[in-house]
Amino acid sequence: MTPRRAALHTVWRRPAGRAGLIALALLALLALIGPLVLPDPTAQGDLLNGALLPPGSGHLLGTDQLSRDVLSRIVTGLRLSLIIGLASACLAVALGAAVGLIAGSRAGMVDTVLMRIVDALLAIPRLFVLLLVLAVWDRVPIPALVLLLALTGWYGTSRLVRAETVRLRGEDFVRAAEALGAGRLRIALHHLLPNVAAPILVAGTLGVGDVILLEAGLTYLGLGIRPPTPSLGGMVLDSRSVFVTAPWTSIFPGLVIVLTVLSVNLVGDALRDALDPRSA
Amino acid sequence: MTPLLEVRDLRVSFPAAGGRTIHPVDGVSFSLERGRTLALVGESGCGKSLTGLALLRLVPPPGRVDDSSVIRLEGKDLMSFDEAAMRVVRGGRIGMVFQDPMTSLNPVLTAGDQIAEAVRAHRPVTRQEARARAAALLGEVGIADPARRLDEYPHQLSGGMRQRVMIAIALAAEPEIIIADEPTTALDVTVQAQILELLDRLRLERGMAVLLITHDLGVVAGRADDMCVMYAGQIVERASTRQVFEAPAHPYTHGLFGSVPTIAGPRERLTPISGSVPPPAAWPTGCRFAPRCPERFARCDSMPSLRRAGPGHDARCWLTGDEA
Amino acid sequence: MALALLFFLIRSLPGDPLAVLSEDRPLTSEQVRDLQRRYQLDQPLGAQFTAFMGGAVRGDFGTSIQYGRPVRQLVLERLPRTLLLGATVLLINFTLGLWLGVQQALHRGRPLDRILTTLSLTGYATPSFWLGLMLVLVFAVRLHWLPAAGSQDPGLDGAGVLTVVLDRLRHLILPALTLAAVSIASSMRYQRAAMLEALRQPYVAAARARGLTEGQVTWGHAWRSALPSVLTLFGLWLPILVVGAVFVEQVFAWQGLGSLTAGAAAARDYPLLMGTAVLATAAVVTGSLVSDVLHALLDPRARAE
Repeated sequence: MTPRRAALHTVWRRPAGRAGLIALALLALLALIGPLVLPDPTAQGDLLNGALLPPGSGHLLGTDQLSRDVLSRIVTGLRLSLIIGLASACLAVALGAAVGLIAGSRAGMVDTVLMRIVDALLAIPRLFVLLLVLAVWDRVPIPALVLLLALTGWYGTSRLVRAETVRLRGEDFVRAAEALGAGRLRIALHHLLPNVAAPILVAGTLGVGDVILLEAGLTYLGLGIRPPTPSLGGMVLDSRSVFVTAPWTSIFPGLVIVLTVLSVNLVGDALRDALDPRSA
Repeated sequence: MTPLLEVRDLRVSFPAAGGRTIHPVDGVSFSLERGRTLALVGESGCGKSLTGLALLRLVPPPGRVDDSSVIRLEGKDLMSFDEAAMRVVRGGRIGMVFQDPMTSLNPVLTAGDQIAEAVRAHRPVTRQEARARAAALLGEVGIADPARRLDEYPHQLSGGMRQRVMIAIALAAEPEIIIADEPTTALDVTVQAQILELLDRLRLERGMAVLLITHDLGVVAGRADDMCVMYAGQIVERASTRQVFEAPAHPYTHGLFGSVPTIAGPRERLTPISGSVPPPAAWPTGCRFAPRCPERFARCDSMPSLRRAGPGHDARCWLTGDEA
Repeated sequence: MALALLFFLIRSLPGDPLAVLSEDRPLTSEQVRDLQRRYQLDQPLGAQFTAFMGGAVRGDFGTSIQYGRPVRQLVLERLPRTLLLGATVLLINFTLGLWLGVQQALHRGRPLDRILTTLSLTGYATPSFWLGLMLVLVFAVRLHWLPAAGSQDPGLDGAGVLTVVLDRLRHLILPALTLAAVSIASSMRYQRAAMLEALRQPYVAAARARGLTEGQVTWGHAWRSALPSVLTLFGLWLPILVVGAVFVEQVFAWQGLGSLTAGAAAARDYPLLMGTAVLATAAVVTGSLVSDVLHALLDPRARAE
């Protein structure tokens, strides 16, 4: 059984991990298939009679003030959130791993400088950096958002990877490889990387959850994904004016965020427990 | 004279894999007399430490002391005591000195705080009184400049001093019995003798009974009046120390002596006992030492009871005299 | 050093803040030049940076584009309210949170532990702004128990001290609860882990052998020895609070630094945004310093180093 399979297997074993995986799978399925079977999320129906309908026949979760189907907007928003989350987490992890490997294997000046920079970057709360940068754009393109989220999320991973790399450097198999004349890059990729894969995976998974929350928050503040692209945070924002009389416009998008982030975190936690026997 | 502490058929159960139960302490019986030291000797894993904990009913869960066990302190069965009553016993009537003072003392509290705490747990005294008592105790255990040591933390003290502090804590409520679980194992050789001296002196001064749990025969010689040898959860030999040293009756005890290097006497080859101690799950139904015993014979397939080897000297071996 | 990075980060971006600003209000080229001079946008980058750092050291962050008043003034005005909210959440987190964490450790593996873990994880996964809205929906709109927004009732001038205090408390409850719900997960988890580790130690068993009550053993020994490492949590926890405050204050119209930041972001008010960002960073840095100090205070072993 490959390590990846083994990890998944262990996650499955734990009830919390299993619940998380199932929920995640369902959500992913929803996000994938939903847009195909549900009505157009941007289609505005009959504004006079079709707006702010409570959940019922025709619209499973009701409609918002522009007569758009809440469920399909949620599904589309979910899809976007998942994509952004995964993409930026992957990028962040890659970036963090790269920096960590370099710092860990070079040691000396390079290591110190890099880690000092990371420390300084870690001191600035992520949200504020994002706010400052995003304030420049009126309408931020999604790839830029993903990049931004990744660029602000790699610090923790780099620290982890550096620590592991430093530890592994002292191990015999690395020295053996060096003695055989393997180049630094080869050692890094072939020997070190597989060993740090476990904590990286955990960090990445937990990072997805954080990104989804951040993205929702940024959109809520008016800085992330802009209308008319449906997004979960945006729906909460839009609902502010009507949530007293039409609570479903606010409740469901939020619930979906909670569920998504929760399941991702449950999976991440189970992974961490599975790969690192230390935690109780 | 009624013994101070009478232990009969002490059994500790632990749940094991597959729904089974194991008994790391399996039917242990002995008694403690006032003013005397009893040594409980055995290799690691034989259940001696657990026996000590069981006397205070502090076996860590999921283990538990079987209800069939009898622990009679001055005639009263401790097994019938509730938690509150046991708390009075712990420290108040039976004190315990643990193995490694570095980990058995709370690192964030001062020595004085920990001693005073023990005092206050058993006597209604004020903080100042408790502190004064703590200083007095430190003096009694041979620590110089006790007033200063009161406010020091464990990591600031040497190994020997830490163990003295542990003893002081154990004495805080004037118990009648002290259980010393490997009190010298974590210490330097020179300090070991001092600590044992201390325990002896305190025993005589206060008329206490001491249960000395150890694996080191050197510790036993000259310090313990009586001794019990434990193997795989059972007592396999018990007698006065002199009797055992002069004429060990059980093959295991024999083996223990044979494997101890001595300074005096001709230089012989050490003869270790072949094999290793089996885990509880692998105990044979017959004599548990049989697989490693050079004197093994057919009868050893059934469990021997404690048999009389001499006056006041019992051994759990078919080769020994008659039934005890 | 963090400040320097922050600054360069901003200034090196594409996009002209004035362009955004002037979307709504067309400015004459004269006004543009004037504004540029005022906000020093016409100076070369190096000069801007020096001016910024110089100002930062003195506490001067320039003038807010939105309000036209000095950033420093705005910040100081709003600081107390945020401190009030923050202190309350801190209290909740470090009393309830720690106590729950201990309970989890004591009942490890049993239903209580699992339920609490799930609850705290759910709280962590909840967007604070959404939770705020939901709480407002339930408690303010439907039940009318608590006010929906603001930090105090405007019509209470001249009322007695008790009424004022009660009013403030009523306004404080929902925002504080929202922020606490989202951040309590980390306190609980940390305390649980630290407590489990402490309970494993031999000195805990030794304490029991002295005849101490379970309460004394749990709190006087186990918890006490776990305390230093739990308090280092404070440094890690503060960023969560700072970030959460931005959303929560915005939702509850709590006139503090959080809503100031939210507004500044929406209006692209760079000087103000920079000011709050710098303050937030300073808070985080101070937070970790404080935890280090606390750790040394409480753990005698650390002091020896």
